[in-house]
Amino acid sequence: MSQAFDKLLDARGLNCPMPLVNARREIARIEIGQVLKVVASDRGSVADFQGWSKVAKNVELVGQETEPAEGGNVYVHYVKRTA
Amino acid sequence: MDTGAETSFARDAERLQALEEKTRELEKRLAQVEGQAPEDRVTLVIFSGDLDRVLAAFVIATGAAAMGEQVSMFFTFWGLSVLKKGKQLSGKTLFQQMMTVMSPGSSESLPVSKMNYFGVGAKMLRSMMKQKNVSSLEEMIALARELGVRMIACEMSRDVMGIHDSELVGGLECGGVASCLADALKSRTSLFI
Repeated sequence: MSQAFDKLLDARGLNCPMPLVNARREIARIEIGQVLKVVASDRGSVADFQGWSKVAKNVELVGQETEPAEGGNVYVHYVKRTA
Repeated sequence: MDTGAETSFARDAERLQALEEKTRELEKRLAQVEGQAPEDRVTLVIFSGDLDRVLAAFVIATGAAAMGEQVSMFFTFWGLSVLKKGKQLSGKTLFQQMMTVMSPGSSESLPVSKMNYFGVGAKMLRSMMKQKNVSSLEEMIALARELGVRMIACEMSRDVMGIHDSELVGGLECGGVASCLADALKSRTSLFI
């Protein structure tokens, strides 16, 4: 997928709740309207990022994808800062 | 003079006044309802001093804080062990001293709720978590602080168990049931762990 992004966060190897916590930290460092790409190996992060975007008023999940990688799948999330 | 028009004006003015009054009343009620609506807030009561339960509490706390919730954690009874930084025996009654000796002196010596086997189980769990690259309890406590999670030590249980302020880590608030409930009543989610 060719989803554009402004910043990349590598959360591979991290477990719950760290991908979410680090993404939250990074989203505060980008401008409103910009997109953060998060790459995680934690399977639970797929539902976690959906939940986050549902609850938080300042983020929108603009895309999610699963990519096969060495030693298991990689889960990619595109989060847009909206406020 | 056209009296018909005059009475019609008077009637309109009356109607307008009634409407204005109604609007004021509705605004007042709306403000009341808004005051009672829950906030983006999560309140956790940490009663347990078991490593596994406390870990769950901190995963929820840091996760909620990351999602933009305001998080308060109330530590009471065995949960106070999480906040300890050491043991001190002086200035305590015999029972309090006994309790101090038999309780963990810090988060690092918390037992697990099942299969503890005198601390071997807790060590095993910690090493298994490390293998899976899950943050340790101590890392999560530091993270919770960094994310602005409020930590409140229950004054009553601290006093009963004879835990001195000097035995607890810094940066804590102290409070009672009312401060806990004040937060819980405004929260969408409250958990007792």
